[in-house]
Amino acid sequence: MTDHQPGPTNPLGITLRRASKRIFNAEAATAYLFILPSLIGFVAFYGYPAVRAVLISFTEWNLLRAPRPIGLGNYERLLSDPLFWNAMKVTGLYVLYNIPFQTVLGLFMAVAMHRLTQSLAIRGVLVLPYLVSNVVVGLAFLWVLDPLLGTMNMVLGWFGIDRQPFLGSPDQALLSIAGINIWRHMGFVALLFYAGLQAIPKELYEAGTIDGAGEGRLFRYISLPLLRPVMVFVLVTSVIGSFQIFDTIAVTTQGGPVNATRAIVWYIYENAFQFFRMGYASALSVVLFLLLITVTILQMRLLQGNRSEME
Amino acid sequence: MRDRLARLPYGRAIGWALLIVLLVATLAPFYVMLRTAISGPGTLFQQARSLVPLDPTTVHFERVLGLLTPEENRAAGGSGAMISFAVAMRNTVLFTTVVVLGQVFFSAMAAYAFARMRFLGRTVLFYAYLSALMIPGIVLFIPNFILIRELGWLNTFQGMVAPFVLMTPFAVFFLRQFFLGIPVSLEEAAKLDGASPFGTFWRIILPVSKTPLVTLAILTSIQAWNEFFWPFLVGRDPNVRVLTVALQSFQSSTPQGSPDWAGLMAATFLSVVPIFILMVVLGRQVISSLQFSGLK
Repeated sequence: MTDHQPGPTNPLGITLRRASKRIFNAEAATAYLFILPSLIGFVAFYGYPAVRAVLISFTEWNLLRAPRPIGLGNYERLLSDPLFWNAMKVTGLYVLYNIPFQTVLGLFMAVAMHRLTQSLAIRGVLVLPYLVSNVVVGLAFLWVLDPLLGTMNMVLGWFGIDRQPFLGSPDQALLSIAGINIWRHMGFVALLFYAGLQAIPKELYEAGTIDGAGEGRLFRYISLPLLRPVMVFVLVTSVIGSFQIFDTIAVTTQGGPVNATRAIVWYIYENAFQFFRMGYASALSVVLFLLLITVTILQMRLLQGNRSEME
Repeated sequence: MRDRLARLPYGRAIGWALLIVLLVATLAPFYVMLRTAISGPGTLFQQARSLVPLDPTTVHFERVLGLLTPEENRAAGGSGAMISFAVAMRNTVLFTTVVVLGQVFFSAMAAYAFARMRFLGRTVLFYAYLSALMIPGIVLFIPNFILIRELGWLNTFQGMVAPFVLMTPFAVFFLRQFFLGIPVSLEEAAKLDGASPFGTFWRIILPVSKTPLVTLAILTSIQAWNEFFWPFLVGRDPNVRVLTVALQSFQSSTPQGSPDWAGLMAATFLSVVPIFILMVVLGRQVISSLQFSGLK
């Protein structure tokens, strides 16, 4: 035993492998024991509810009486529900306000840090908002953006800009919520881009510089193409996240004023937990799921997410 | 590289200027939060024209922490209906601890089996776990709420932690990728010494996976600490509700008229302090964990 190191090439290794075939059932049994806790969690809170959501969407159910099957009734109703279409419009606009600014600001911050400073403290500060809960962020901005007493109006006043109603006005509420979330996420996006930039070999920049490329061309021809995988990740996950905006709305506007911020998840929440229309809410959530899958596939196609420049 | 940057002093200066503007913008709301929390009662209107704290005091923090009598409370501008901040903080700490320990441990067990053991259904099950990553929260929350209600677990602690404590697809996936990279020889040595599978897992696999386990624990604790939607659905009772839910209710339950901003900002600021501490103590690990989460 002490003379032989067990390994795939020596006789002892072969005996072991034969033995392991005999104890295969024991290995499988052990594996199932190892998986069991997570499997219970998975079945109970992911697998079963995913199926159940679809089943519930074919019923009318207020949790008080037994669910009543109505086939595709909820889906038909949704198509002619002006509030559903309003929610889609609000959500779409929110994504459009949110994603470009968040991504560009994050990218700018990352490039600036990459070229100017390695400071961990700066990265720490920039990512701070992301570490704080949406509720805290929402409350802080509710106060900062208060139409009467908020600090933001004081700052605007320095530049001679009139008082703005922000979250209190149908025209500005959604923009304000987008602004809040841009503020919260840009540092995190920057961190991801920064990590991506650091993975790019320094020699490429040196070679580019020797060839006489300026900062802009280095960015355009080296950083940007090589950041593609990170860019795809950032865009895909942040678009998926944006479509599901909820927390900030729950804290600040609760869908108002006059439907201006009733995004799709808030609308689903209202249907399920305020009006107890479980069937209709489930149908809406299934539609959201299908929409997100479509958007993700489209994005992967457009961004050629599976291609890499590094080869 | 330095030469090239030296040739671009303007670009450098502009870069720094914009970076500083963004840093200030990032910190400003936290500062406003603190300013309002430490400004004296009755200064809200003057604060609309002042950047510095007015009439500094700790009374709002004392109020939030329940250190004052109801009379003192009202004198300091409180409504008397303060949230029980200490209870909510305790609930958040408990919720976070249970979720992190349970999720990391049980996900690690599953990840180990997926990475190392052969059994019927391994691939199918693993892909089932992975595909669950795609489902939006709200799709699952409705049936999960119904399930928790059927179990009679609404407004209980077990109802709040249930969906997170046994696994998340991300945690299993994340750890499996690491376990795949551990040399098999380590475990074979342990097996030859007669270690049980669990013994191998506990004494070999977990210790050598310290870095990914800590990374996952950091990501999970931030998420659990900030979790709002699910506790908002199933845990609104003041005895079990976590900080995020308590703060939201505190805001929306304010009677007409202006909210108790000073108390609210003091409570909000206190709820952020643990995050600040985490960043000061473990900043490097937190940042590398977050950077890592984007590069799976």
